[in-house]
Amino acid sequence: MKLHPVVARCFSGCAACHVLGEGIFLCMGRSNKRVQEIIAFDELQSDFKNPIDQRNPVHARERLRNIERICFLLQKLVLPEYSIHSLFCIMFLCAQEWLTLGLNVPLLFYHFWRYFRCPADGSKLAYDPPAVMNADTLIYCQKEAWCKLAFYLLSFFYYLYCMIYTLVSS
Amino acid sequence: MSAPAGLPPRPAGPAAAGYPGGPGASREAAAPQAGPPGYQNGPVQNWMHLPSGYGSHPPSYSAPSGHYSQVPSKAAASHLDDQYRASYYPPYYSAPAQNALTPSVATSVLHTQESQQFYHKTTPQTVGSAEGPTQGAISSASYLITSAQQSYSAFGNHYSTSVSSSVASQGFPLNSDHYTMPVVSGAMYPHVSYPVAAGSVYGQAFTSQSLPAVGQFKETNTFSTQSTSVPHSLQQRVPVGYNSTISNVSAQPVQDNLSRNLTGSVAKVNNQINTGGTDSSQPVHSVSQSIPYTKSGAGTSSSPAVTSSVRTPAPSLSSQPPPSPALTQSPESALQEAIDSSSTTSSASPVLNNYDALEGGGYPETRSVTSSPVPAPAVPQTSKASKPFGYGYPTLQPGYQNAAPPAPVQPSNLGHHPGFQHYPQQYPSVNQLSSSLGGLSLQHSQQPESLRPVNLTQDRNILPVSSVPAPVPNLNSDLRKLNCSPDSFRCTLTNIPQTQALLNKAKLPLGLLLHPFRDLTQLPVITSSTIVRCRSCRTYINPFVSFIDQRRWKCNLCYRVNDVPEEFMYNPLTRSYGEPHKRPEVQNSTVEFIASSDYMLRPPQPAVYLFVLDVSHNAVEAGYLAIVCQSLLENLDKLPGDSRTRIGFITFDSTVQFYNLQEGLSQPQMLIVSDIDDIFLPTPDSLLVNLHESRELIKDLLNALPNMFTNTRETHSALGPALQAAFKLMSPTGGRVSVFQTQLPSLGAGLLHSREDPNQRSSTKVVQHLGPATDFYKKLALDCSGQQTAVDLFLLSSQYSDLASLACISKYSAGCIYYYPSFHRSHNPAQAEKLQKDLKRYLTRKIGFEAVMRIRCTKGLSIHTFHGNFFVRSTDLLSLANVNPDAGFAVQMSIEESLTDTSLVCFQTALLYTSSKGERRIRVHTLCLPVVSSLTDVYAGADVQAIVCLLANMAVDRSVSSSLSDARDALVNAVVDSLAAYMATASNLQQSMLMAPNSLKLFPLYVLALLKQKAFRTGTSTRLDDRVYAMCQMKSQPLVHLMKMIHPNLYRIDKLIDESTIHVNDRVVPQPPLQKLSAEKLTREGAFLMDCGSIFYIWIGKNCDNNFIKDVLGYPNYASVPQKMTQLPEVDALSSERTRSFISWLRDSRPLSPVLQVIKDENPAKTDFFQHLIEDRTEAAFSYYEFLLNIQQQICK
Repeated sequence: MKLHPVVARCFSGCAACHVLGEGIFLCMGRSNKRVQEIIAFDELQSDFKNPIDQRNPVHARERLRNIERICFLLQKLVLPEYSIHSLFCIMFLCAQEWLTLGLNVPLLFYHFWRYFRCPADGSKLAYDPPAVMNADTLIYCQKEAWCKLAFYLLSFFYYLYCMIYTLVSS
Repeated sequence: MSAPAGLPPRPAGPAAAGYPGGPGASREAAAPQAGPPGYQNGPVQNWMHLPSGYGSHPPSYSAPSGHYSQVPSKAAASHLDDQYRASYYPPYYSAPAQNALTPSVATSVLHTQESQQFYHKTTPQTVGSAEGPTQGAISSASYLITSAQQSYSAFGNHYSTSVSSSVASQGFPLNSDHYTMPVVSGAMYPHVSYPVAAGSVYGQAFTSQSLPAVGQFKETNTFSTQSTSVPHSLQQRVPVGYNSTISNVSAQPVQDNLSRNLTGSVAKVNNQINTGGTDSSQPVHSVSQSIPYTKSGAGTSSSPAVTSSVRTPAPSLSSQPPPSPALTQSPESALQEAIDSSSTTSSASPVLNNYDALEGGGYPETRSVTSSPVPAPAVPQTSKASKPFGYGYPTLQPGYQNAAPPAPVQPSNLGHHPGFQHYPQQYPSVNQLSSSLGGLSLQHSQQPESLRPVNLTQDRNILPVSSVPAPVPNLNSDLRKLNCSPDSFRCTLTNIPQTQALLNKAKLPLGLLLHPFRDLTQLPVITSSTIVRCRSCRTYINPFVSFIDQRRWKCNLCYRVNDVPEEFMYNPLTRSYGEPHKRPEVQNSTVEFIASSDYMLRPPQPAVYLFVLDVSHNAVEAGYLAIVCQSLLENLDKLPGDSRTRIGFITFDSTVQFYNLQEGLSQPQMLIVSDIDDIFLPTPDSLLVNLHESRELIKDLLNALPNMFTNTRETHSALGPALQAAFKLMSPTGGRVSVFQTQLPSLGAGLLHSREDPNQRSSTKVVQHLGPATDFYKKLALDCSGQQTAVDLFLLSSQYSDLASLACISKYSAGCIYYYPSFHRSHNPAQAEKLQKDLKRYLTRKIGFEAVMRIRCTKGLSIHTFHGNFFVRSTDLLSLANVNPDAGFAVQMSIEESLTDTSLVCFQTALLYTSSKGERRIRVHTLCLPVVSSLTDVYAGADVQAIVCLLANMAVDRSVSSSLSDARDALVNAVVDSLAAYMATASNLQQSMLMAPNSLKLFPLYVLALLKQKAFRTGTSTRLDDRVYAMCQMKSQPLVHLMKMIHPNLYRIDKLIDESTIHVNDRVVPQPPLQKLSAEKLTREGAFLMDCGSIFYIWIGKNCDNNFIKDVLGYPNYASVPQKMTQLPEVDALSSERTRSFISWLRDSRPLSPVLQVIKDENPAKTDFFQHLIEDRTEAAFSYYEFLLNIQQQICK
């Protein structure tokens, strides 16, 4: 079905507006999650410097529980985040927001890669409790979280700007 | 032209003395011009060598005099060490110069005096007693000489010709066909004994001047001995190095000959050195005085030689100390370099030889001696030393003939690097010399031994004589003495690069290999109410901290200045006050603290052992229960623990059975829980009972258990529920769960399905299912870990049991894994015996409960990945529910901040554990390493074994997370990258050849071995479980055992009587040389022992000497030797005794006593044996040479 150009533009404008508005909310949500994740990593990393406490076997159990809890939390966050982001991309595709889509596609691919590259037992990328405390994994995850937070924040403002722009121009 | 000035003949006191003054002087003068034709083999070189040691080259080696003339200047310019040398050597030089001119007797006397002085000043290495050994050495030496004379008279003809033709001729036959050549030569003289060769040749060649020859040779011998012994104890290495230079000079001629004659049998030399030498060399001092007169009096070549030989070490030893204390780290290294360089430059490089002896033979042996329960002082060595002498003459001659012809062909080439490379091939065992020859191209003259380039494609015999020693960090002597034993703590790079960029350039992994809970024979245990630690980084005080003044110390990891607590001022050892630096904590890098109550919040847990036994039909069929119960019965009293020790049993098939062993019951009570979906404990207590209170019940149960299930028809196995039950049972206390499983778990939680496709076993492409199929076991393991419970898995199965999944239960709970493929009590006695032995060790070894291990390192370094069985609780903290003495760990590190402002880095592991006696203890190891800024130094300090072990660990991770082929590629790339990077740094090297620094010469071999290891091989049929087990082993074995697994040791044992020996605990232990892992080394006439760590194979050749078969195996002839033979009978014959003592000596050096398997030529088990011959080509894999070519190709690309 071919739309009349004006209608089409109107539609796309509305859609874009709508999409962008939605994007803003979701973005906020995602940023929120990222923040949560970062806090979680910090929690993971910050070990109590008091060695006596650490070496206490009772503490070991708490600590392990803690790590497990955080890892499970993180694992729970992964899938929603990925799916929301891919939903976005689909919406941008429908709205023919090529630029925005272009900005999001790399991250989309990264998400795909991460999701499917995860080994079956879920080791480092899937926040595996035994592996996550290896410094390189932890640092990697942390960096990833920060980068994504930055990306989501920037895109939040970008969507906001785009939405207002479309509203004003239409 | 610094060379001439700095050429002191002197250090070689005796050697110099032996020469007629005139010629010596003239040679010396002539040396710089490189004029003198090399018409006289020994002396010429000797004199030439003197210069060479300090910068110029031995002209005798080649016509190319021009080449040498460059040497001095270059040498002077090239390196910083020069300055050290300059400052370092002069004093000595002056003395020597005089010596050279004075008559021999006088010199020697003078020399000794001088040496004495030095010696008295600093006597760090006066070890052992002077008299006994020395005499021994003398006698042995004299023996040598006589024998040499006798046997060699006939030989003279030949020899003279070869000598006259030119030195070079023997040394550097230029064969185009090098690769094949060595084989031949090896075959020709594998058994030439060092001493004989040297002595005889020498005497023959220079009748007039033969005095020095033999003596010198002996000297080298002793010298090297000395050097060998030194590193072992981690004493100063400086001395060693220094000695080597000195002796180098003196020993030159001998060495020369040696190099020629001596082929495969460096081992013997070393051994001899070790055995006899150790004693003789060290004590020397007192003896040295007396000797001179013998010398003066002696008219014959032999006797003076002997005396001199004995004496020499003393001077060198004594002379050397003075500099060493003064040396700070850097000069020291420079010194060492200088030493090494001398060796490189020198034509025949006695130093090299010595050094190699040091590296190859001596060191390990000494070490092994000490490691044995009671370090045995070497016994008078006359007998041992004499052994080799009788041997080898016959082979010698052919060797000579063989060697001589090619020489004249292209003498002109000799000066060139490539030309020299050929030299070693002819005399494979001496291949170390090669680089020294190669070193003639001057710039190597400055390089330390470990940097000496080795042409891999041409040097075939790169294996050391006995096991490969750990490189000694280039530290000053004091620190070196204090440093942690390489057995417990090793770093892949003993010279830490300054920056990450430098590390990246070197393309070598940086990491640590730890064996923290190793059984130690001596360990300072410190009980103190305050444990002194840094206040900011919590580092334990250690030998590498610096005391700013009496009351303050500076942490060596974070550089914080801390106060010395009042208590620490008192030294309990000396009972003196005010000497904090003399406290045991500061004098030992490995100490154990008994922790105060600060370190525990709950009372230390008792030792609790739970055994979970599979009793399904399959298990009963295999018959393991009887072995386990028997072992337990035997070792019940030896289980580590105290009066609180508790023990319990669970059995399972499709149900889970508990045993009530409550004290007071008349017999054990079995409680069956069949609700495996929701497992519960049938009674809250009395399932884990006190070992001492319920001993009788436990014994009853163990006696009854093997027969209780004989008629079972239950084929299912509910492992998961049983483990859950075990977890519930253990969680209040923590402890150790030992699980025996014989098949794939098929019921309840954690059930598994067969994932292996037998058709894929030999697939070259994809190997799947290396990771777990379910995370049930991992989660359970984490729960266990949280409750301080470790699960040890014994998998005794005949079919696929999905070890990849099951192993998780041990991996994350810090347990250990044992695997017995195709276990059957009667059909497979070897496995049954292995289980028995493993169990004995397992049940009686030390154990630490609720342990944590923290690894700290100097600011700027950071740890990023751990390998081993544990749970990582924090970025630097490992949580170990149990720790056992056979567990090894590996750690990868990176350099986060540049280390430019520090010259040393330290690593400290602290292992806090509860001993089986309920004490909280902390075992602390501290390792100190130097920081370097140049790439060459990084290569110089590379520890090839540690690198390979770390790479193996990384490759296991890679193959699980990515794929096996990725991991294999990564291994190959590791070699390619590092060698390419090395070749790029050493620009002078010919790019067309595959060169490696001496320190990494074994790298390609080991990586090839890794690629052919069960864990990583492709193309050969490998069962998935076997592969996964090998991977588990790689992750959790300590370095020593892992290396045996990767690259087994092969010895020829049918001629052990002729080998040199060492004495351990009143036993005579022969020391056969290490053989290449290649079928070319196997002869039908021989018998070979392969030491694979957990198993010994004895391979008997078809035409093996019947006497050997009769004496050692106890059968009349080859045909009657049975197929399955796992023990050597005790026959009252020397060869039998030697063989058994050798095998038990090998066994003593490891915790798990390996199983012995005798393999005949047509035995089906021989594939097991032949698969370890990794240098050979197989259908699916490269031979070593092809592998090298492949690497070379990739580098060139």
